[in-house]
Amino acid sequence: MTSRPVALGRELWRRPGGRAGIVALALLMLIALIGPFVLPSPTAQGDLLTESLLPPGAGHLLGTDQLSRDILSRIVNGLRLSLIIGLVSAFLAVLLGAAVGLIAGTRAGLVDTLLMRTVDALLAIPRLFVLLLVLAVWDRVPLPALVLLLALTGWYGTSRLVRAETVRLRGEDFVRAAEALGAGRLRIALRHLLPNVAAPILVAGTLGVGDVILLEAGLTYLGLGIRPPTPSLGGMVLDSRAVFATAPWTSIFPGLVIVLTVLSVNLVGDALREALDPRSA
Amino acid sequence: MTSLLEVRDLRVSFPARGGRTIHPVDGISFALERGRTLALVGESGCGKSLTGLALLRLVPPPGRIDASSVIRLEGKDMVSFDEEAMRAVRGGRIGMVFQDPMTSLNPVLTAGDQIAEAVRAHRPVSRRDALARAEALLGEVGIADPSRRLGEYPHQLSGGMRQRVMIAIALAAEPEIIIADEPTTALDVTVQAQILELLDRLRQERGMAVLLITHDLGVVAGRADDMCVMYAGQIVERASTRQVFEAPAHPYTRGLFSSVPTITGARERLTPIGGSVPPPTAWPTGCRFGPRCPERFARCDSMPTLRRAAPGHEARCWLAGDEA
Repeated sequence: MTSRPVALGRELWRRPGGRAGIVALALLMLIALIGPFVLPSPTAQGDLLTESLLPPGAGHLLGTDQLSRDILSRIVNGLRLSLIIGLVSAFLAVLLGAAVGLIAGTRAGLVDTLLMRTVDALLAIPRLFVLLLVLAVWDRVPLPALVLLLALTGWYGTSRLVRAETVRLRGEDFVRAAEALGAGRLRIALRHLLPNVAAPILVAGTLGVGDVILLEAGLTYLGLGIRPPTPSLGGMVLDSRAVFATAPWTSIFPGLVIVLTVLSVNLVGDALREALDPRSA
Repeated sequence: MTSLLEVRDLRVSFPARGGRTIHPVDGISFALERGRTLALVGESGCGKSLTGLALLRLVPPPGRIDASSVIRLEGKDMVSFDEEAMRAVRGGRIGMVFQDPMTSLNPVLTAGDQIAEAVRAHRPVSRRDALARAEALLGEVGIADPSRRLGEYPHQLSGGMRQRVMIAIALAAEPEIIIADEPTTALDVTVQAQILELLDRLRQERGMAVLLITHDLGVVAGRADDMCVMYAGQIVERASTRQVFEAPAHPYTRGLFSSVPTITGARERLTPIGGSVPPPTAWPTGCRFGPRCPERFARCDSMPTLRRAAPGHEARCWLAGDEA
């Protein structure tokens, strides 16, 4: 017999979208992982007069920007940052959402009502609006704080999903059977309910990575997220506004990488959803 | 000597429409003794499964057990136990086997994990030790190649094997009592006999008491020492299984027997009992079986008590013997 992760991986691989997503994402991660070690420093400047805004060519594979920095190197470092932010904050968001959902789902009554009405209220405020507001006030937000902010504004959906699943499962025979065997509330929640809601959590988490990456790029493009000189994909697009007409490579390549990253994450997420849905088996 | 489990006047209440209260289990009394099997027999909706759940104080809300009910485990009144003490009883002293092994097992945990969970809910042992115990239990409930089955998920097991796993889970913390709620209803006929034999063997080996909840008289015959027949939340007949099978004293019990085909009997038309068990909202004030009873007479408009039909044989019918 095969273990569940292995079987799931096989299911993903069987789907064209899943396969494409996995391959693209693996490549991007690999590049982000080893790229910084083989490429010049993303902040290293060449001669400003002769080496700025060079088109893609032999010396600089993707050209240079107006400060004569290597675009490929900046993209790779920006990608690394994007992936880290996306993965960490989506993970934190899912953790928080799952915890709130499980608590609300297993505790009927006042606790449930209180938590879910709070989530309803939070859902009514657009995520981008909250982030813009906080970042407008909080100048030069440190990276960990940015990750945390993205996580704190991204868990509502997951909590509702997990709660709904938990409430449904609570009525199942096997939960009653576990109760009849003397399992306590915590044991039932963690050992019996959580593994059963793992599938929707995994899907929500994966799709959340794409959301966060896009959101971070957008915020940085607006000048509110990651500040220069730290290389970031959104920041590169922002910086190229003035020179876009004469040196389009300065923003086309980082833009493409953003699209490619989010697309491949979402492909994997969609394939996961399909693979985990018993109705599509 | 005190009974292992004594139930007296167990009543379960549910709020009903219009501010009324209904009692799907309405004053049940019986006793379970070590090493013996008691069968609780009745049709769907008679309250027998709810009785089983009530013994573990797991009546689904908003239902509740009336405070006047007495459930004594070796003389200790379980109705007054706190939740912590009840958790120790559930699985620890009273194990439960549910009807449908397809839905009563967690689909995403392996058989071994689920048995180990049940062990660890009551014993402070490591996961490794719990799994070793799970393997031993799988062997004990007659599963071949337990070390392989340990790592399999419920969907990889047959119905009979799943029910064996359920039984292994119920046995995990070595309870003194097993409540088996329709343990064979969801299984093939050939597998049914195996599961019942397994329960019987375990009862003998471990000296457990078994409460066998079933609608199937065929399951009761030859397996239960004593039986209670339930109808509309009450016990209508109580005696040794032999006595009930030889001379059923309540018209309802007789109706049950004549609606089951026999192998030895003449080939005669089966006579079903007309109608169905009324819901708790529509119980008559007199004898609850009255409206369906072929022997109904004037006195049935008032509720009969349990009367003695023979020594050790009681029936809730005005026609049966004398005042118990």
